Formats: sequence, C-alpha cells, structure tokens
Amino acid sequence: MRCKKCNTNAVINMRHHKLALCGEHYGEWFLAQTDRAIEKYKMFSRDERVLVAVSGGKDSLSLWDALLRLGYQADGLYIGLGINDPAPYSDVSLDKTRAFLESVIASREAAKQSPTSDAEIASQTPLAMTFTPTLHVVDVQETYGKTIPQIAQEKNRGHGKPCSSCGLTKRYVMNRLALEKGYTVLATGHNLDDEAAVLFQNTLRWQTQYLARQSPTLPASHEGLVKKVKPFVRFYERETATYALVRELDYVYDECPHAVGNLTNFYKTLLNQLEANSPGAKLSFYLEFLRARGEGVFDGFNQQDQLHACEVCGQPTTAPGRCAFCRMWDVSAIVQ
Amino acid sequence: MQITFRDKTYETKPNITARDAIKKIGMEPEAVLVVVNGKLVTDDVVLREGDQVKLVAVVSGG
Repeated sequence: MRCKKCNTNAVINMRHHKLALCGEHYGEWFLAQTDRAIEKYKMFSRDERVLVAVSGGKDSLSLWDALLRLGYQADGLYIGLGINDPAPYSDVSLDKTRAFLESVIASREAAKQSPTSDAEIASQTPLAMTFTPTLHVVDVQETYGKTIPQIAQEKNRGHGKPCSSCGLTKRYVMNRLALEKGYTVLATGHNLDDEAAVLFQNTLRWQTQYLARQSPTLPASHEGLVKKVKPFVRFYERETATYALVRELDYVYDECPHAVGNLTNFYKTLLNQLEANSPGAKLSFYLEFLRARGEGVFDGFNQQDQLHACEVCGQPTTAPGRCAFCRMWDVSAIVQ
Repeated sequence: MQITFRDKTYETKPNITARDAIKKIGMEPEAVLVVVNGKLVTDDVVLREGDQVKLVAVVSGG
C-alpha cells in the first residue's frame, strides 16, 4: 500500500476514509483532523487553558502531544490510582507520563536555543513555543487514605471489579482539580472505539438519559461542573495507536489488569468484527447518532438540570445530601 | 515464520499477507497494528521467511 500523497510505503490504510498515508503525512493528517474536531465541536480556543487527563496510555499521551504541537496551552493531570498488584501498573504509568513531559520540555528548550527551519517548529505559534506544560499529580492514597483496589474491596462496589470506584473517583478528581486550578476545559483521550462501545451498550439497554448526555463536548452546564471535551472522538483506536507509534511515544502498552475482559472491550471486539466486513460501520454508527442527537431526538431525556450541591464538598450531584464520591470515601467534612 | 504478540509467539507459513496471517492465528485485523522488521506497515504486506513480525494491540491502557 502506498501513501496517497507521496507514493512511499504507507503505515496505515484507513478503509473507511479510502486513505492510505506514510508516517510523515499521517502525522500531518492526524493533527489537522484533531484541530478540525476541536473547532467543529466548539471545544476550546488557543487562548484557553486546557487540562488533559493523562494516564500514560497511547490515547492520552497522543492527545497531550497533539494539543501541544497544535499550539494549545495544555497541562496534564495524572491520577495515581494505586493499581500496583500484581504488577506496578500505576507506578509505570506515572513514570511514562513524567518521561513524556520531560522530553517535551527538553525539545522546546532545544528549539529555543537553536531555532531551525523544521516544519513542525515553524508551524507552531509563538505562544506554543513559550508555553511550558505542567503535570499535576493527585495520588488517591495520599489524598484519601486508600488505593482504588482497597476502597473498591471495602465498599464491595462494582461486583468484584474496581472499575466503578475508579471511574467515580477519576471523574470527581478531574472536575475538582480543573476548577481549583482555574482551567476552563478538561480534555480526555476517548477515541471513536470508546464512544461507539459505550453507545452500543447504552443502545442495547435503551439508556436514554445516558444517550442524551453522550457528546464530544459537555458544556459546563451547572455551577461546579467544568466543560469536558473529547478531541479524538472521530479517530478509530488504531489511528491513535498509529499516531503514538509514528511519534515514538513511550506509552503504557499493557492494559489495566482490571480492564482485561471487561464488557467495553467485548463490545469493541464485536464492533471490530462488524468493521472488518463493513468498513466505516463504527464511524457511521457514531456520527449518525451525533446527527440524531443534534436534531433533538434525545432532548426530552436530558435531566441534568435537576442537580444539587453536595452538602460536604459542594460538587453537583443528582440527589440531595452527600454526593456518591463523598459517600464512597466516607467524607463528612472538607477541611481547608 | 514467527509472529509475536504481547508475550506469545505464533508460527505461520510465509508468503501470505499480514491480514491473512492475523486471521489465521485467530485475531481480529482491526484490533492490531503490524510491525515488520521494526517498521510499521499496512496489513496487505506479504510476509516473507525471515521477517521479524510483531503485532501491536491497539487496545491498551485502561
């Protein structure tokens, strides 16, 4: 397969786009598509401070890398979950995230010292070159006293898997830290396969409230909620993985030990089988959902206006009293 | 010819496309990328005897 632009060997063939590209042209295409999604879904501008949730995986490191190369003011947030048994998954993830940041800072310092005609550097705005990204680290055990596997086991939440406790904690910490540090928007590395799998799951169960809220951009609809965006929402998972390989990003390759065999991965497998026989099936499934949602098909099911402030932490919650996070972590008061 | 994926090694016949080899070992072509002799390639590439073939899972992290 040859690159459509330069006729050298292609590194990816995107059958749903009828497009094969070499590494160099794929990197350019990927950045352009990222910027296009940010604009199309009104995510953020280059004047805004963006907080990127980074796990050390291919999607989040690729997102942070792409946003920085595009000239956005993107800082990172790593949440230490304490998943280190049987292998040091969380510790390795933090090491790779820190190594990524160090490499970005080093390359920017080098570029400042010796400006070149490098196309990438030349294409970046002056703001991008003077901006030095920061990584915020929140260790769950240091902050709340237990690791995610420990709190999940103690609370018997999630049918023996800590994924439910993990998701609740991550959503809470991401929102809280973004607000505390003054970020206007929180970006996550969810890709189209992630979104299509969730859409598939919610459609199978006709979870209309969840369908109503699934969007590339979730506005700060309530005081205490930060705007949330997913700039990679139009990329297949193999496309973000290809970008990470082309950019030689040293990401966490192993899956989270608790994610292996979960329902989302099962739905991803089913959708990939569909995609193999019908190229573009995943893309059209998701984009046609967004079209229907945009036309108001699910408007009557969105009940986000019925939120209350948690009596302990003040973050929005669906029921009066303590929010799910404060109940799970037995938080009864916030000490300033 | 040997194909590695994570900590496993598979044996297949040479002179078939990477896509066919992936299917033969029971994997989903959409779920992996193909690296031959250290270079990322598309899955229509014909694998030859002696090639170092590594499959990279597109699902990772969590």
